Amino acid sequence: MNFAVLLEAQNLALFGTGILTTLTLLLASLVVGAVMALVFALLLTGPWAVARWLVGAYTYVIRGTPLLIQVYLIYYGLGQLEWIQARWDSVWPWTHFKDPFFCALLAFALNTAGYTAEMLAGAIRETSAGEIEAAQAYGMSRFQVMLRIVLPSALRRTLPAYSNEVVMMLHATSLASAVPSLVDVTAAASSIYSQYYLPFEAYLAAAAIYLVASFCLIGLFKLGERRFLAYLAPRTH
Amino acid sequence: MNAYVSAILQGAVLTVGVSVAALLVSIALGLLGAGAKLSGRPVWVGVATAYTTVIRGIPDLVLMLLIFYGGTIGLNNALEWMGSEATIDINPFVAGVLTLGFIYGAYMTETFRGAMLSIPKGQAEAAWAFGMGRTQTFVRITAPQMVRYALPGFTNNWLVLIKATALVSLIGLQEMTYAAKQASAATRSPFVFFLFTAGLFLVYTTVSLVALRRLNARFSLGTKRGTL
Amino acid sequence: MKKLLLAVVLGALGTVSFAQGKDLKVAIDATYEPFTFKKDGKPTGFDVDIANALCEQIKRKCVFVEQGWDSMIPGLMARKYDVIISSMSVTEDRLKQIDFTDKYYNTPSRVVTKKAFNYTGPASLKGKKIGVLKASTQEKYALGELKTVGVDVVSYEAQDQVYLDIRAGRLDGTVADHVEVTGGFLSKPEGKDYELKGDELFIPKYFGIGAGIGLRKGQDALKNELNAAIKAIRGNGVYKKINDKYFTFDVYGK
Repeated sequence: MNFAVLLEAQNLALFGTGILTTLTLLLASLVVGAVMALVFALLLTGPWAVARWLVGAYTYVIRGTPLLIQVYLIYYGLGQLEWIQARWDSVWPWTHFKDPFFCALLAFALNTAGYTAEMLAGAIRETSAGEIEAAQAYGMSRFQVMLRIVLPSALRRTLPAYSNEVVMMLHATSLASAVPSLVDVTAAASSIYSQYYLPFEAYLAAAAIYLVASFCLIGLFKLGERRFLAYLAPRTH
Repeated sequence: MNAYVSAILQGAVLTVGVSVAALLVSIALGLLGAGAKLSGRPVWVGVATAYTTVIRGIPDLVLMLLIFYGGTIGLNNALEWMGSEATIDINPFVAGVLTLGFIYGAYMTETFRGAMLSIPKGQAEAAWAFGMGRTQTFVRITAPQMVRYALPGFTNNWLVLIKATALVSLIGLQEMTYAAKQASAATRSPFVFFLFTAGLFLVYTTVSLVALRRLNARFSLGTKRGTL
Repeated sequence: MKKLLLAVVLGALGTVSFAQGKDLKVAIDATYEPFTFKKDGKPTGFDVDIANALCEQIKRKCVFVEQGWDSMIPGLMARKYDVIISSMSVTEDRLKQIDFTDKYYNTPSRVVTKKAFNYTGPASLKGKKIGVLKASTQEKYALGELKTVGVDVVSYEAQDQVYLDIRAGRLDGTVADHVEVTGGFLSKPEGKDYELKGDELFIPKYFGIGAGIGLRKGQDALKNELNAAIKAIRGNGVYKKINDKYFTFDVYGK
């Protein structure tokens, strides 16, 4: 096993670039996806049937098709459409579709939005009926009930499931290696493999990086749960 | 155009094959893992915990690449060491099935463990008191009840497994996604072919969902559900 | 003990294929028109026809294995197949890992950009995006000569994906084999605004001496057989027949 090759300056730099790209992609797609998920979840549990149907269809498709195909559709597929091609040299926002990073980001964000929206919607629906009735008895408007009563508790209850989703997203970013010119951790490992023919060393290194990152994320969420779900912790006295 | 569509449909058959085979492997590993974790013996618990923790911390793709590229070279080196002239070729299908089965075995372990814990231990103890062996107890008492508890998690894992088969295209198995990629590059119409493949996946997941819901209904016969 | 272990391992692995016997497993990357591509779902092209002709000469059956370009050589070393007949150039770097037969054709590489573009050499491409095939000799050239003068070199897994992105407008051009880019891109409707630019690139440092058949080191018997077969089909007109099916000139080159 020749791990020494991995420690050469240019290979370390390659992995460094990879880690940076992975983390940037992860953070950006989570933030964008979370905002979208909030909107979608509110629409899913809202009063407009059309919106419920549309968003429901969206999450159904997102959760029923592989992320790899979604990435290909956005990167290669959209590039084929004449209407978009004609505009992406000059018209904003279509100019962004030329950039592989943007395409990957969009695919990941849409994907996480679909899953998180369903999680959040489920948590909203499970809010205790008594709390909502009490809030309505107080004369709160629908918006106030959502903002002050339902959402704080629903967001808290989604936390454990969301931690799972975040770790899944970290793993999903490895698919960025399927987009040409994006160098994430997996792509860095593949590049070292094809240069030096060392599959074990390269992919073990990548696996180790993801493992450490996953542990850090899970640890962060455990801290978050301790703070936000403190009321669920077993009594200590 | 038609040759490409038929290539994708042939790939669809492979997709179904890989996913079903991987499911069987993952069920077997899941039962073993859950049993190990619940056995209480520190060695087994340690091994099973290491298995589930490590697998769930590494992306499917990286594991697949590791097993496919590293595994073949490793196996052939081992064979040379043992003095054989033969060369083993782990074809992408086997590599895909083994990897996916291995990965989802870890998730199934957690699902089955949760399901087994939901069945009161007293039932198993009563069975042993009757003189039933461990296997008999499992087959007749634990398993039928376990199915009902395990089904939601199982359904989830199965749906994720179906979608993970798309990754096997990246190690060269000519299933749907691979065929779609080739077709789209050769005909310069990626949108059409990827949309078609996405549609096929959607059909597959929908059929699975319907079938598993029916299964859930069948295994929930006779149970009472509180009305909200 | 070792033999027992051997038996157990071999028995335990369900799907095994032994690389002995009459079949010759040939790796091809079927995204390289007109050398290797798929027609009606079957592999075809100059490389495929030459492979079949050579197999006939050495009296073995060619079995084609499709493989992605960047793991061609690792796959050979991992014994997934016996030879690579897929327009693989013989270069010094590759000779460090594997062995090659004599060349069976030699065509230069060219830079391809839009017709309107004023190409005066590598430096004129500064700031532009050029697509190349990962792990190819053209990639080596691009990284060695173009990236160093400020060109944005993007590597793709397959050459036809380069054309997909050129068509989509994400790339300004490519460096590719003269014949391949003509047959696979310029002669098609999407290539009408593009043309070959600059001189023919015959630099041995990057491009080697031509395309040969790749095999693992230490297989001299097979290598000699294939070399003899190449000479034979050059002499008896089979090569010319295959050549003329795809090209209007002799690709064997100098």
